[in-house]
Amino acid sequence: MTDTPYFDEMTNPDGSIRDAYKAYEAWFSSQDPAHLRAKAREAEDVFRRTGITFNVYGDPDAAERLIPFDIVPRIIAAREWARLSKGIEQRVRALNAFLHDIHHRQEIVRAGLLPVEMLAKNDAYLSQMIGVEPPGGIYTHIVGIDLVRTGPEQFYVLEDNARTPSGVSYMLENRETMLGMFPELFQQNRVQRVSNYPANLHSSLAACAPPAANGDPVVAVLTPGIHNSAYYEHSFLADEMGVELVEGHDLRVVDGRVAMRTTQGYRPIDVLYRRVDDDFLDPLNFRPDSYLGVPGILDVYRAGGITIANAPGTGVADDKAIYSYMPEIVEFYTGEKPLLENVPTWRCSDPDSLAHVLDNLEELVVKEVHGSGGYGMLIGPTASKKDIRAFRKKLESRPANYIAQPTLALSTCPIFQRTGLAPRHVDLRPFVLVSPDGIEITPGGLTRVALKKGSLVVNSSQGGGTKDTWVLGDD
Amino acid sequence: MLGKTAGGLTWLFRYMERSENLARLVETGHRIALTRPDRAESEWTSVLETAWARRGFEAHHDQISAEAVTDWLLRDRNNPACVLNCIENARMNAKLVRTGLTREVWEAVNECWMTLNEALSRRVTPKDVPRVLGLIKQRSAFVRGSLHGTMLRDDAFDFTRLGTFVERADATARLLDVKYYVLLPTAAGVGSTLDNTQWEMILRSVSAEASFRFVHGRTRRARDIASFLIFDGRQPRSLAFCYNKIGGHLEHLYRDYGTRLPCHDMADAICRDFERLTVDAVFERGLHQFLQDFLRRNAELGAQMETDYRFAK
Repeated sequence: MTDTPYFDEMTNPDGSIRDAYKAYEAWFSSQDPAHLRAKAREAEDVFRRTGITFNVYGDPDAAERLIPFDIVPRIIAAREWARLSKGIEQRVRALNAFLHDIHHRQEIVRAGLLPVEMLAKNDAYLSQMIGVEPPGGIYTHIVGIDLVRTGPEQFYVLEDNARTPSGVSYMLENRETMLGMFPELFQQNRVQRVSNYPANLHSSLAACAPPAANGDPVVAVLTPGIHNSAYYEHSFLADEMGVELVEGHDLRVVDGRVAMRTTQGYRPIDVLYRRVDDDFLDPLNFRPDSYLGVPGILDVYRAGGITIANAPGTGVADDKAIYSYMPEIVEFYTGEKPLLENVPTWRCSDPDSLAHVLDNLEELVVKEVHGSGGYGMLIGPTASKKDIRAFRKKLESRPANYIAQPTLALSTCPIFQRTGLAPRHVDLRPFVLVSPDGIEITPGGLTRVALKKGSLVVNSSQGGGTKDTWVLGDD
Repeated sequence: MLGKTAGGLTWLFRYMERSENLARLVETGHRIALTRPDRAESEWTSVLETAWARRGFEAHHDQISAEAVTDWLLRDRNNPACVLNCIENARMNAKLVRTGLTREVWEAVNECWMTLNEALSRRVTPKDVPRVLGLIKQRSAFVRGSLHGTMLRDDAFDFTRLGTFVERADATARLLDVKYYVLLPTAAGVGSTLDNTQWEMILRSVSAEASFRFVHGRTRRARDIASFLIFDGRQPRSLAFCYNKIGGHLEHLYRDYGTRLPCHDMADAICRDFERLTVDAVFERGLHQFLQDFLRRNAELGAQMETDYRFAK
């Protein structure tokens, strides 16, 4: 029984179990808690042995940490997923059309729906990309759409990750771990597969080969290196796709192509799945002090010598100020009403909105326009008076750097604890692949869960954990 | 394969081999300290010299003792070549070349690192020395086992083996060179306790005591020991064995890539020497000179492979 204002995805307020969780709950109640505790420890060992770790910046004592894994799956009904995936597909289509438009005729600005400053004053907007046709016409090949739920039928998009969404390796490893630990659960429940993601990723990247490619496209993953927080994921994806994992110093421009240094000389790459930010991609065109990129890669790209996925400049769509225009963006490019809702957002650059935000800081969530990872944000309801005072100053000095949103009553899912099941807040990041052949959404995604009681912050850098996410098959 | 990957695979296995050799050396030191306490100090000095760790050790310590040398070689972070640092470097290379390894090999390296970090997190007490040394050798064996059991026999495998054998040849040659004077036929007191200790140290350090007895019986002659560890192609730590393997893997790369490179000629020349030379000829020319020569050529071959296969640029 729960008496919180939060929607719980497993248990109704009257204590009954929601349909999607019925089979799981029956199984769970028949398990010996001591056995489950042993399994939870076993899961941790598996992750440690496999090396599924991440690095926390600025914390030398914890150079490598595990993201806590919770053994209770998050379960989504087939009907719920069907609705969500339609909305996700619509949103991703709109994002790509938007990215094309802002680098070409800027119809959306001409139509008066988006102020031109949103582009002109946006650091993520790259003038070098104006007029460039990306191979296959795709800007954002790999997208992560962060969703939160507040009620049985109520989902919101919290943010769009169109630049370099991470976390997909956790989605895959979490499933592998569950399959290994609780095979019987997968006989009792019809859970849709996620394991073809790497193969789909490879074929959707290959489908965007540049004009210069001949024969089977050569794909590679570009990582900043082994000290990057997501290095495990980079090596995992390269390994699963069967392609090379390269760093900037493995690459150079040879005869108008970007080539990697192999044991037998330089070999051209056709499609580069880069996990390096725009700023660091090309020291000749962007930050000159970058060692992570390839001098001249942007020129090769513009000449059709290589495909960069995601395309440079897609970070514009990650911007939280642009986010506030997403309902208009979706409608403008698809001609349809948005199927997924946006969280109402105040842009603090607007004086009236700023006044409202300053008056209501105790109730709002305030985020940096370019922030990520849960850093640099204020959660009004749980913040101390001192934190709010400090944040008020930052907000007043650079209002355009912030947006504010109401604090959402995020749904909860149970996690496994020594004392049994306990509800914790969750979000969901489904992963989407875009290619000229279509849009492919892996059923489920990464569920992040705030492990601290009452906490609304699910980011792993802030002590969040993850869960396996099930989308059930049709009944 | 990326040049960087070839380099990472080679160095991963050089570091694994190095840590295992260190464990054997420390084991030998302890054995001699227990059975011939009068010889302990000078044998610990040889151990340090063989590990190329004497100068560093003396910069940090005034006196030689079993505890101090053990700590220096196994876990003192001031010693860049201690076991703990070797394992750390091995794992870093494994992480770098994760896509060139099977999941089993990666996990064996990762578990090796986890286990030894734990075992070497504090000073190893004398009582615990055998267990910890056993652990180092066992974890190394797990890595080797998963390599042999799961890796495709392609260029990646060749580079792992090249790393192993270049490192091993270096270690065996250095061990012999530190002790070359007791192997000279002119050395006095053949069969004396003193010489037996030193020869025992040599054989134990390469885990070859029993196999030597099997081949040469109970009489230990300096000439036989030198011949066993330089020329006997059946002894897996002998120079000839290492070069037989190095030649084979380079040959495989040549056939695989279809390109003959300077490192092939260098390896062939060394291999030919092992076929042509005899132990008597080596003694005639001077054992020390021969070993010094070999160490230099082995190091040059290692560097040539790095260039030929573009490990770095």
